[in-house]
Amino acid sequence: MVHVSATPVLALRGVSKRFGAVQALTDVELEVHAGEVVALVGDNGAGKSTLVKTIAGVHPIDEGVIEWDGRPVQINKPHDAQDLGIATVYQDLALCDNIDVVGNLYLGRELRKWGVLDEVEMERRSQELLRTLSIRIPSVRIPIASLSGGQRQTVAIARSMLGEPKLVILDEPTAALGVEQTAQVLDLVERLRERGHAVILISHNMADVKAVADKVAVLRLGRNNGVFEVRTTSQEEIISAITGATDNAVTRRAARTNGEVSQ
Amino acid sequence: MSFDKTSTTAQDEPVVENPEAAAAAVTAVDPRLLIRERGLTGYIGEFRRKMKAGELGSIPVVIGLIVICVVFQSLNSAFLSAENLSNITITMVGTGMISVGIVFVLLLGEIDLSVGSVSGASSAIAAVLAVNQGWPEWAAVLFAIAAGAVIGAAHGFFFAVLGAPAFAVTLAGLLFWLGFMLQTLGENGTINLDSDGLIGKLTTYYFTDIAAAYGLAAVLVGVFFLTSFLSNRRREAVGIPSRPLSDTVLRTVLLAVVSFAAAAMYNQYKGLPLATVIFLVFLVATDFLLRRTAYGRKVFALGGSVEASRRAGINVTAVRISVFAISGGFAAMGGLFLASKIASANQSAGTGDLLMNAIAAAVIGGTSLFGGRGRTWNALLGVMVIVSIQYGLQLESIAEPVKYMITAGVLLTTVVIDSVTRRTQKTAGRA
Repeated sequence: MVHVSATPVLALRGVSKRFGAVQALTDVELEVHAGEVVALVGDNGAGKSTLVKTIAGVHPIDEGVIEWDGRPVQINKPHDAQDLGIATVYQDLALCDNIDVVGNLYLGRELRKWGVLDEVEMERRSQELLRTLSIRIPSVRIPIASLSGGQRQTVAIARSMLGEPKLVILDEPTAALGVEQTAQVLDLVERLRERGHAVILISHNMADVKAVADKVAVLRLGRNNGVFEVRTTSQEEIISAITGATDNAVTRRAARTNGEVSQ
Repeated sequence: MSFDKTSTTAQDEPVVENPEAAAAAVTAVDPRLLIRERGLTGYIGEFRRKMKAGELGSIPVVIGLIVICVVFQSLNSAFLSAENLSNITITMVGTGMISVGIVFVLLLGEIDLSVGSVSGASSAIAAVLAVNQGWPEWAAVLFAIAAGAVIGAAHGFFFAVLGAPAFAVTLAGLLFWLGFMLQTLGENGTINLDSDGLIGKLTTYYFTDIAAAYGLAAVLVGVFFLTSFLSNRRREAVGIPSRPLSDTVLRTVLLAVVSFAAAAMYNQYKGLPLATVIFLVFLVATDFLLRRTAYGRKVFALGGSVEASRRAGINVTAVRISVFAISGGFAAMGGLFLASKIASANQSAGTGDLLMNAIAAAVIGGTSLFGGRGRTWNALLGVMVIVSIQYGLQLESIAEPVKYMITAGVLLTTVVIDSVTRRTQKTAGRA
């Protein structure tokens, strides 16, 4: 693991969030340090996306404290999170289909020159950015609607890198990608860690988690269910934390297939 | 993905000494990208590709205008006379202004049904202040436009903050501001305006000096060429794709032909109309606002995906309210031009087919009803079609009911074209 600073970039202390009758998050704790990749895992409905949205300012928290660089902060709207240096890449991408790649990369933080959009500079920097991230798309001047799902994902990730964020949150970044592009995204995640960014990676894919994450934080039914060091933890331990039991569908299936093999 | 082939060949290539060539190899475009070939064959190829992909843009409306001119000219040779054309371009400013505001609302994917009534209410406000209250006309005009913007912002508040559908809110607005106008005009129902006053002059003043029309045409063409040329040179300087010079020249020549033909036409009659100048200024300004500023980008973003805009930190509520305020403001300005044309504010202002014509103009011009696609120039082209048809039918002494039916047919045709092209664009991956 890369050297990790003492004060976490982001720390959640006892965070709770409810929607009407649903208690989505209860007393959740989470710490992310600079130069560290924390995988956030959990079953469907465990509260991963809700947790990410509270950090990103989409849903303000009801109870608890969010600490940024050791001091408590309020994150009530997306701009608050952006100003702190939090960039989020959502599962559902959050791109505008009718706007071209450059426009989407700079959406909400357009470069301006005397109050006018500086399209030339934005296009030049977009190409530079896509080149450094080895992202290949046909042209930066075609609408997002013309791109494939994988290309859209890479554009969305590239967009998060523009503001030189301290913390990058990736929500299921490889879910829609092919083999080659998954590897590229994982490379990208490692590059982020090397450059000292803190990364929260949400994933269902244990192979991805084992490949790039330093720590795994497990959520179950809106509560913490353990934080593990990836190097010293087996996949089975993580899965049992996710499902809440050592005897679960995954282990039963594994035992069954192993038995068949040994016979 | 099929990227793999290109990326491996790029890596296998020997290191090139020339750094520029190396950079070009890295930026090498995806082989599947359709780039336009240079030269005339390139234009034809691109045109055919766009037709197939459903990117019609303004082509149907330009063809429509040509058909209209040919048909009405063959029926009555007075149609293409300088006098008739000049009158068409003055009459269309009122509806056209309202339509510019509609383009903004349509870009959000919403609709504003109140613009007709708001235009009538604003003209009533201006008339009462200027004639009954004795305000100076410029103050009455400014107040009326501000009132229109505030009314629009109020509609926007109900829509954006309280979450009521814009359709329903502005439908209520349509009725409310109609009642407000009738109440404001009082018993008589008609307030005559001073035809030599500011409002009266809006549609009756001409810059009679022939240099005015040619000068404006020259300025338009010059500014267009300079901005295109300079922006292309800057793009070349930083090494991003730019248009070839021949492309810029061709566009400039096209614009020059249209502008100078219009100028010559105006000079054959009374000169350059003030109304046209004001309309052009607002078209250029709104086009600039929508396509060159961060605000315009936000409007397009909202038309594309509200959720994406919200997550990008765009203040969705503020943009929505401001767009409805713009719509109300342009409705008020349109109302003043319409009042100027008849030199009075009366009870029929803003009623009848005005609302439908304003929306139809935006759609006919090429603004999508589904949000996120359109330009304010669409309003100009669309309103030209509608007013040309009205004038042509008038020359043929065709009665009002038939005019309604024909305009309805034109609107239906364009909506169908919009829907069909959208479907084609979806299959071509462009919508």
